[in-house]
Amino acid sequence: MPFFEQSAAEHLRNLETGEVSSVDLTRSYLDRIAALDARVGAFLRVDSEGALRQAAEVDAKRAQRRPVGPLGGLPVAVKDILCERGQPTTCASRILENFRPPYDATVISRLRAADAVLIGRTNLDEFAMGGSTESSAFQVTRNPWDLERTPGGSSGGSAAAVAAGFAPLAIGTDTGGSIRQPAGLCGVVGMKPTYGRVSRYGVVAYASSLDQVGPFGQSVEDVAMLLEAIAGHDPRDATSLNEPVPAYTKEVGLPLANLRVGWVREHFGQGLDADVEAAVRAALGVYESLGATLHEISLPHAKYAVATYYVIAPSEASSNLARYDGVHFGHRTNEKEMLAELAADRKQLETACDRQGLDRLDSALVRMYRRSRSEGFGPEVKRRIMLGTYALSAGYYDAYYLKALKVRRLIRQDFDRAFGQVDLIAGPITPAPAIKIGELAGDPLAMYLLDIYTVSANLAGLPGLCLPCGRSAAGLPIGLQLLAPPLAEARLLRGARMYEQATTWNTTHPEL
Amino acid sequence: MSETYTTIIGLEVHVQLATDSKLFCGCSTRFGAEPNTQTCPVCIGMPGTLPVMNRRAFELALRTAVALDCEIPAFTKWDRKQYYYPDLPKNYQISQYDLPMSQHGHLDIRDPKGAFATKRVRILRAHLEEDAGKSLHDEVAGKGDSLIDLNRTGTPLLEIVTEPDLRSPLEAKTFLSELKLLLTYIGVSDCNMQEGSLRVDANINLHIPASSTDPPRPGCPSDQGKHTIATPIVEIKNMNSFRAVERALEYEAGRLWHEWQETHRKLGEVPKLTRGWDDVAGVTRGQRSKEESSDYRYFPDPDLAPVTVSPAEVELVRGSLGELPAALRARLQDGFALSSYDADVLINQGQAVVVYFLEVAESAGDAKAAANWVTQDVLRVLKETNTTLDSLGLPAARLAELIRQIKLGDVPGPRAREVFQAMIERRVDVAAALESLGIAAVDESELIALASKLLAANPKTISDVRAGKAQAVGALIGQAKKQNPNIDPTRFREICLQLIETAL
Amino acid sequence: MSLSRVEVEKVALLSRLRLSDAELDTITADLAKIVGYVDQLAEVSTEGVEPMAHAIEITNVFRDDSSSESLPREEALANAPHHDTRGYLVPAVLGE
Ligand SMILES: [Zn+2]
Repeated sequence: MPFFEQSAAEHLRNLETGEVSSVDLTRSYLDRIAALDARVGAFLRVDSEGALRQAAEVDAKRAQRRPVGPLGGLPVAVKDILCERGQPTTCASRILENFRPPYDATVISRLRAADAVLIGRTNLDEFAMGGSTESSAFQVTRNPWDLERTPGGSSGGSAAAVAAGFAPLAIGTDTGGSIRQPAGLCGVVGMKPTYGRVSRYGVVAYASSLDQVGPFGQSVEDVAMLLEAIAGHDPRDATSLNEPVPAYTKEVGLPLANLRVGWVREHFGQGLDADVEAAVRAALGVYESLGATLHEISLPHAKYAVATYYVIAPSEASSNLARYDGVHFGHRTNEKEMLAELAADRKQLETACDRQGLDRLDSALVRMYRRSRSEGFGPEVKRRIMLGTYALSAGYYDAYYLKALKVRRLIRQDFDRAFGQVDLIAGPITPAPAIKIGELAGDPLAMYLLDIYTVSANLAGLPGLCLPCGRSAAGLPIGLQLLAPPLAEARLLRGARMYEQATTWNTTHPEL
Repeated sequence: MSETYTTIIGLEVHVQLATDSKLFCGCSTRFGAEPNTQTCPVCIGMPGTLPVMNRRAFELALRTAVALDCEIPAFTKWDRKQYYYPDLPKNYQISQYDLPMSQHGHLDIRDPKGAFATKRVRILRAHLEEDAGKSLHDEVAGKGDSLIDLNRTGTPLLEIVTEPDLRSPLEAKTFLSELKLLLTYIGVSDCNMQEGSLRVDANINLHIPASSTDPPRPGCPSDQGKHTIATPIVEIKNMNSFRAVERALEYEAGRLWHEWQETHRKLGEVPKLTRGWDDVAGVTRGQRSKEESSDYRYFPDPDLAPVTVSPAEVELVRGSLGELPAALRARLQDGFALSSYDADVLINQGQAVVVYFLEVAESAGDAKAAANWVTQDVLRVLKETNTTLDSLGLPAARLAELIRQIKLGDVPGPRAREVFQAMIERRVDVAAALESLGIAAVDESELIALASKLLAANPKTISDVRAGKAQAVGALIGQAKKQNPNIDPTRFREICLQLIETAL
Repeated sequence: MSLSRVEVEKVALLSRLRLSDAELDTITADLAKIVGYVDQLAEVSTEGVEPMAHAIEITNVFRDDSSSESLPREEALANAPHHDTRGYLVPAVLGE
């Protein structure tokens, strides 16, 4: 089996026995990236020098029999939205093109402490806003299974990197499905933990009450290993949960007895692709064959999830992104040009004796803000900022924002009821396999509607996992989504592992 | 003029809470540092950073709210108030909107000179929020750039909003003094206006009796059945002292009256205006306000957890407050016969000094003397040596002993201050201080003997006194002091006069 | 409900975005479509339902009041596009 098809767990065993060194393993991945990423575009930056240095340090630790962390020497790709001290952290946005944070995200610190090798930064939709990685300001990322198609998003770079064998593990963030959906579309395993399970400190915020960091891997076991390394309470994140982290790697292999799997009536309606529906129904059959019982459940407010999400997420985003104004960090417009423009505008209005126009004229400061932000943000980010500002503005707050918060609770209550009857909920991750690049350009609403199966978990704070469960007629991966109650990550991983062991979907890889 | 209208005033006071670190990060709150030397990724609002609330800030806010007799709701949360300004790096301020941590309290004010009757000023709400930074303008350069200093960004503030219950600039000033007294007394803020730890904005308008020329507007419900007309409300900013608040309000009341006579514009007919106080010129000036700036788009901050407070916790805070200034003032005046002035001097020094005073007064059995010693001598030494009562080395019991011995005549009055000083410097009791100074109390027989001796040697004094010039005895006092520095001149004078009289 | 272009221009100012005429046209149409979709929330009965602002609802999270090291000034200012040795520089804010 070629090295890039091996799982992280296998690599770790080889590293521990000395069969391979971290430097050799890292170099193999770096070579593969150098050879093939021009076709995929998964990485925004590859840190060969830094990665090899970290790998050498881990090798030295092993040689000197010093303690080595749980990810000892494994390359990990990181979505370019987690701050790393002194390193560019762009969020795939022009506005942060030159930003170098003077601090590490907690997840980055934990990866370092676990002796991971930070191999490079992966592409994403600008500020994680999107489901196709097409809104990146810098490059397009292609689906390794079909280079004409998107890898999904927003963590499309991380999903594509794992699918293409550029890294055994990767970190993503999931605000409305941004880990699970690209995992499904790229045929890898991706997981969004319970909100608060992993620290958000240093993760550039898109929608703070929904954002959560999570792992990608080729197998459920790998995802368990990466999650165990990054999860846990962080005093620097007031929304982080002060709960012990179970030993996921130890538990993941234990099958669940008397498992009750729920399937959601509302998930199998209109708009679901026939191949996807068949694959998911087959997966439910696999669970039955493993001794689980299947239960039809109802989530009556599920159909409002997209509407709820597209009020709450843009509202929070409009606020979180207000800080990019060209004053303290980030892009700033050319001031000379800006001042010349102001003078010209004023002169024109004065000549026309337009007193109203003069009163309304933006001051130098307001003009600086507006030019800097408009030059720095791409169209999707602008659209969401506008949408969120509108939903929070006087006269609309109650009808949109406040209403959405109430429907959010109803969505959560639906889940609470459902989890009284079942242990896990299984269903599709997207209505259809990966879309073509540019297929939905110019139709943002159609793009948003693809989030129908993923956003509920974020709204309710639940852990969710997506793993491969089939191929479409065109050979594209199809993902199975599993959901569990808050903090039931161990159950989720064990349930996923049961399915994975009974099937072979994760043993096939795309040809590049 | 005062009969023609009523002045209606409400205040918004921002108080900086006395924490070591900022509200959401570990940066120091120390005043006066070089620009941008007390900032970190969190208070600069850098991408990915998150706020975590300072427990002490919440406790101090709660303490204040309880001291103001506010209701403390069981649940409170934090909201983002959104507006763009370069000294607000996130372009939103973390504040509280619809569920503040406290509301509906009050503070009683009174005027010792009786200019107004004692009254209750209602507190609408008090909420916790973060401060913004500072924009420094280079006045010389005029047009150039502004420099942004974020040292103050994120400092914890309590915003206290009163109902429009104040009826004169003097009441407003008195309210502020009483509030400052309370806040400094309970130790939640130093209320230093020069350093910006107490800031005041005032809302003012006039209520004018409706006359036949101003009948109620038909169809305007707010005018119906009312006998007064309200003028538009003006908010005044930039007042840097309590005196400035009083002056600005006096000026603005006059200006509003003048404006009313000219325009007859009523409340609701023009948007609320903001005016800045120019202390040098003694006038308020209009400030430009942008129409859209009022849409703050408040929403709950997703980064911060709400806070719940139980009734038991509120009672715990109430219990820890002890006696508050108003009650204490009453007790000092009624129970200890202190003047309102002396009582306030003591209370202004804070709880430790008050407790010390009470101990001295009770133990010495003389409140007036205790007040004099504490407010004059003890406070002077504390100030001169820049020390605290704890480290002064003069326990209340020793000061009480000194006062008692002076009264008994065991410590000669004129040398009492020397004894006091020696007690502090050597950290000793009265007896040891007397010994170290070589002071022995002069008893009555010694005084009589000395007086007789000096009178015998100065017959002119006797005749002068007999001729009605009692002050002639003064010359003898000087001579007596030379012979025995410990004599009590008052007593000595009395003895001399007595001897002259009895010798008649 | 339909969004007017004037409303969208107001939202652009509140958002501190400057949009070209073409962008305004597109975004007005996009927002109208999205808001039209979101309007379906109105049909959900939410009487007596408490708003849910946090995904996992926890309370009373505090840190101790201890001051820690601030950033060296050069490091604090390093990312600012326009600054001098003492602070961030912006077009004069007098009269804003
Ligand atoms: Zn700070």
